[in-house]
Amino acid sequence: MGEFTVHRVRFFHYMPSGICAMAFNRRTERLAVARTDGSVELYSRTDHFFQEKVVPGRQQRSIQALCWVGKRLFGAGLSGEIAEFDLDNLRLKFSQDAYGGPIWSIVCNPQGTHLAAGCEDGTVKLFEILEDQIRFERNMGGQKGRIISLAWHSSGTKIAAGMIDMIKVFDLDSGELRSRGSRMQQSQECVVWSVLFLSDIIVSGDSAGKVKMWDVNTGTLIKNHQVTEWDVLTLSVSQDETSLFAGTSEGTVVQFQLLDVVLGQEEKEWVRTRTFKNHTHDVIALAEADTVIISGGMDTQLVVRPLLDKLDFKSRDSSLLKILFPQRSLVSCAKKAGLLLFQYPTHLELWRLGDTEGHGPPGCILPVSRNPEKLLHLKIKGEDHVCCSAVAPCGEWIAYSTTSGIRLYRLQRDNKNVSITKVPKLPKVLRHAHQLCFSPDSSHLYGTTSSAVHVVALTSAGCKFEHSLKPNSCVEPFGNESQEISDGKFLASANSNSEIHIYNMHKLKAHCTVPVYRSGVSAMGIHPETNNLVIVHADHQIFEFSIEQMQYTDWSRRVQKEGLHHVWLERDTPVINVTFNPQNPNHVILHDSYMFCIIDQSLPLPDRKSQFHNQLTLKSLPEAERLKHSHAFKECKLYQPLLCVDMLENQSLVVVERPLLDITTNLPAPVRQKKFAT
Amino acid sequence: MAALYEATTLCVLNVGPGGSDSGISGIEPSADDDQVVVTDSARSVTVYKVSDKKALGSWTVKQGQTVTCPAIYNPQTSEYVVVTDSKVIRVWKDSDINIDRAFKTTVSADVWRVLSVPDSEPLVLFQRGAVRRLDTLLADPQQPVENVLPEEAVIRWSAVLNVEQQPCLMFLSEQKGETLLLMQRRHPDSAARYRLEGGEAPLSCSALPCDGGVRLFCLYSSGSVYESVVPIRGAGGVVEEVQPLPRTLLLNLPVGEGKLESASAVSLDDAHVALVGVPHPSAGPGKDFLCIWNTNFQTLQAAKEMAGRIYGQLWCSCGKLYVPHGKSLSVIPFKCQKSSLAAAMGKLRQAGSNGTIASAEEVQKKVSAFLSNLKNLHVIQVAAGGLASVLVSRCQEQPGFYPHSALVQLVHSQCLSYSVCPHLLTLALEKKDYALCQFCLQVFPDIPEAVACSCLKAFLSESDGTLDTVSLERDSVAFVEGLIANSTQEGGETQSSMPLDMKCPVGLHKAVLLNEILQVAYSDCFLLLHLKTLSAPQVILFLQYLQFLYGKYSQDLHTQVSALRSPAMTQILDWICLLVDAHFTVLVMAPEARELLSHLHKVVRLQVKVFSELGKIEGCLQALQKAKQSGDVCQYSIEVIELF
Repeated sequence: MGEFTVHRVRFFHYMPSGICAMAFNRRTERLAVARTDGSVELYSRTDHFFQEKVVPGRQQRSIQALCWVGKRLFGAGLSGEIAEFDLDNLRLKFSQDAYGGPIWSIVCNPQGTHLAAGCEDGTVKLFEILEDQIRFERNMGGQKGRIISLAWHSSGTKIAAGMIDMIKVFDLDSGELRSRGSRMQQSQECVVWSVLFLSDIIVSGDSAGKVKMWDVNTGTLIKNHQVTEWDVLTLSVSQDETSLFAGTSEGTVVQFQLLDVVLGQEEKEWVRTRTFKNHTHDVIALAEADTVIISGGMDTQLVVRPLLDKLDFKSRDSSLLKILFPQRSLVSCAKKAGLLLFQYPTHLELWRLGDTEGHGPPGCILPVSRNPEKLLHLKIKGEDHVCCSAVAPCGEWIAYSTTSGIRLYRLQRDNKNVSITKVPKLPKVLRHAHQLCFSPDSSHLYGTTSSAVHVVALTSAGCKFEHSLKPNSCVEPFGNESQEISDGKFLASANSNSEIHIYNMHKLKAHCTVPVYRSGVSAMGIHPETNNLVIVHADHQIFEFSIEQMQYTDWSRRVQKEGLHHVWLERDTPVINVTFNPQNPNHVILHDSYMFCIIDQSLPLPDRKSQFHNQLTLKSLPEAERLKHSHAFKECKLYQPLLCVDMLENQSLVVVERPLLDITTNLPAPVRQKKFAT
Repeated sequence: MAALYEATTLCVLNVGPGGSDSGISGIEPSADDDQVVVTDSARSVTVYKVSDKKALGSWTVKQGQTVTCPAIYNPQTSEYVVVTDSKVIRVWKDSDINIDRAFKTTVSADVWRVLSVPDSEPLVLFQRGAVRRLDTLLADPQQPVENVLPEEAVIRWSAVLNVEQQPCLMFLSEQKGETLLLMQRRHPDSAARYRLEGGEAPLSCSALPCDGGVRLFCLYSSGSVYESVVPIRGAGGVVEEVQPLPRTLLLNLPVGEGKLESASAVSLDDAHVALVGVPHPSAGPGKDFLCIWNTNFQTLQAAKEMAGRIYGQLWCSCGKLYVPHGKSLSVIPFKCQKSSLAAAMGKLRQAGSNGTIASAEEVQKKVSAFLSNLKNLHVIQVAAGGLASVLVSRCQEQPGFYPHSALVQLVHSQCLSYSVCPHLLTLALEKKDYALCQFCLQVFPDIPEAVACSCLKAFLSESDGTLDTVSLERDSVAFVEGLIANSTQEGGETQSSMPLDMKCPVGLHKAVLLNEILQVAYSDCFLLLHLKTLSAPQVILFLQYLQFLYGKYSQDLHTQVSALRSPAMTQILDWICLLVDAHFTVLVMAPEARELLSHLHKVVRLQVKVFSELGKIEGCLQALQKAKQSGDVCQYSIEVIELF
């Protein structure tokens, strides 16, 4: 295969934010995850928890609770506002102040007609959900003491509210307050972090580390489970109310199950059954999705833990899944100029890669003759976080978009000085883009919105709007564009419904569409020479589509016929990027968070029985025999976790690594735990 | 193991005409364990005190009357009971001089036996199978007696046993070629009939209570002893139906030609049965033996030759066997131990030493054969232990007997440990068998600290000259030879500051034995206690030897001398520490130990120095490791990789 020079970059200090709320929509099988930076991510359960959409965050926005109402997603936080997210345009639809101070919790009733918000001033505020807004209906309660947690009974007539030292039950029909629960802890204040309203009992999790079961009618304590010495922060119950999970500050998730006291008899009891420890920090949010329990917290990772008692056979779903890194690229690479643009939430960094004059055998580290240089630190105007950014291949243009606007900059570099000028008068239609990309010759900027692709011509004098491309077939708005790639002549764009549209940029019109596959598009790329579109889906299927012939290529048909190797299909992080080797048209370079892989299309595919990771085997073989044992997938796991792998024009690879240790050392300290002999 | 003791003659027999009858019809226990009631088959009843071989009283019925059933003693009333002329029951006391003047009464049917029942009123068994309590019968002697058995049936044997605190009467009746066992119990009132397998009537029977039933031992004329277990049902009721009684073969004794004519068997306990009238398996014809057989292992446990002819009669009472033979009635005390295979095997050995005392060579041969025959490891461990114990105890009893090679062979079989045969090692020490001591020290995993210490003392105090004549294991000798050879080669040349190149303070073989001691497992707090019993010269000598060893080891010479077993450096150092701990004050006071102590002090100082140097190196190495790590976490590097 050959030798590669690798620029191993570790100066992208990407830092994920902690998870502060989660909501799972059983109908659409979508999981919404809110992070402390105010962003909301949507994952598809049916598609191996593929991250479909990201609503970018905003400074000062804090989300305490998320709530699905049908297909609509509401959120509320300490700003005191209830907001609905526009999942097509990936921004806020509206937000409305509840006038009750910071909101700690929102829930919707089982019928989906009302929202209840628990406020700092001790009131539960009821809102009616209308088509495009919510309308305040009435207040309940209103004594001193904030309302931390809420739960709605399945009948829709009662709400339980967890407060400090108290749980209140409100009857919605009569409007009367049925206060339950006396002071729960004698000595110190006890915060009811979470309540659940089951059909006949109320379950509470509190800051004393207890999970308590209360009788609804009499308000008496039925059962008390001491789960931890620290706080029980969150609770989640399965739909059939037989299984219950509690997340604690220690990072554990504790399961309770409603089991027969005596086998075969009617009487049942909640029994603590399992304890999972997958987090180092507080577990703040839990969601139960039939066969898995999803947990997230301050250690920023989303853990999908399968409940093996509910799974019948071993599959990709039966293994533990940890989602730590974003499933889109935060790095863009100027291949010609050797520049890297790093996207942070509130600023961009442009770096020039270093250089070397040395040569050496494989495995050696070459002396760096020129150190990498930070050319630019660009702070974002406004409070919104960056949602996408791009640098032109020539390195002269930088563009980024937030939900409120797009900015384009021209970069001029002398030997030492870097000057940057903002390009004025961007076209009005291009107010906000989901994806930005430059043409390979850096002459055009393409930006996608939820309905169209806008083309802007770039000249040294400034920019000029050229055209808006709309897909032929599509009548309705087709969701957000998530991927976009261009080779100069053609431009392909994929949306969250896995539809891929290809446009001819010379004729400025739609060219064709690619047949829709069931799984989301996680990465794609157009080959600069053959104009073949390589598509990788979230379930790791690979397709190659010939744009000129408007059909799948022979190689793609062979892949589908022979099937991909099971080791490849069982990988748990999706492919983030597809790029090509300019020297060898047969080479396709893919990467996910833990490996990069060069596919040599001239070699046979690995069959079911052959060894997939065969690099070490091949290394040990004499050169003559290697070809006989080699297959198309050349996997390399030397560098991980990976945020970006790209190939520069001079055939050297750029890998951007983010060591896990660097992330964990930047996390706040976890709760102190007594360890043996410390 | 069972044993028969010295026989004593209780009385002279009144042998009947033709000599085929011993003249005794029964022997029954009397007022205490030392007294028996012997009933003459003619007219008289005599009570003997067994230990004195003296008659305490004798009663004779009138001429013309005959005693038809053995007399019994009724401890409830302190009276004797006998039946004369089948129908007349006579009851008398010790104080009655003339039996004819005592109480007598006539019953309406022929009596077969009066049977004494422990802690209860005696039972009267009529010839036609009916049973009455003696007191009820005496109250109404002429009461009608039913017929249980048909007229032609003959009772062959009867017995009363206490089963589950209830008396249980059983008797065998023979009729028309089949033998029935009848069983009767009072509480609950129950009766059952069993048909014995095989049909023919046994020569002799004996019964023992067992868990939930009665074990019935029957000796047949073919020489076979069968065992049948008769279940005792809890519920009462009379079972008229005859049930089959299965039997298992316990012993098949060699009979020679023909069949047994008169023989008797008495079961002594659940594993032993005493037999008379059956030929001894290894004795010639024409001799009669009383034998005890183990039914579990089919082994002969004890045998005693009986002079004169045997009448096939045997009684057992209070740990003594009563055998009429020739012209006398002999009393033979016996003892049965719990049966085990080891005991059974040991019996074979003792048989040898009992008869002609086996010499050490014979023992050696037998031990070899024994070891080569036994394949099963578990059996061999128990058996070898037993065998070694027997040999050791014999050695202790007979000063001249010492089967060295047999013991070595046993130790080498790896089946022994200290706890299995605790006296072996001490015996070897007593006999100054240092080779065996060495093997024991090597093989035994569980030598107590006290014994190890006494070995150490013995080795230290033995002169080198004696020890050098002992032949020890070659490998360990070669190891010490290697060490000493190295010291003599280099000893004279360089005089280093440390006394590492000293001469070996003990002889070659003593060093070998001391090495074995060093390798014994111990726990220091127990060892310390016993080390204190060493005398000062012993301590100093041993310390000098340890110092010599330490010197050799720190020169790395021991690595040149290869051996399968050699003391480890830590073992040597631990022993030095323990010795100094145990005798520190003595060593400080003794002038001859001064040099030794100062040398040891130097050794310790050297060690401390080495360790402090190592500590410094550790710091350097850690710094190196850190330096390497910091290079690894650089922010940017350009590397070359190759994909295949």
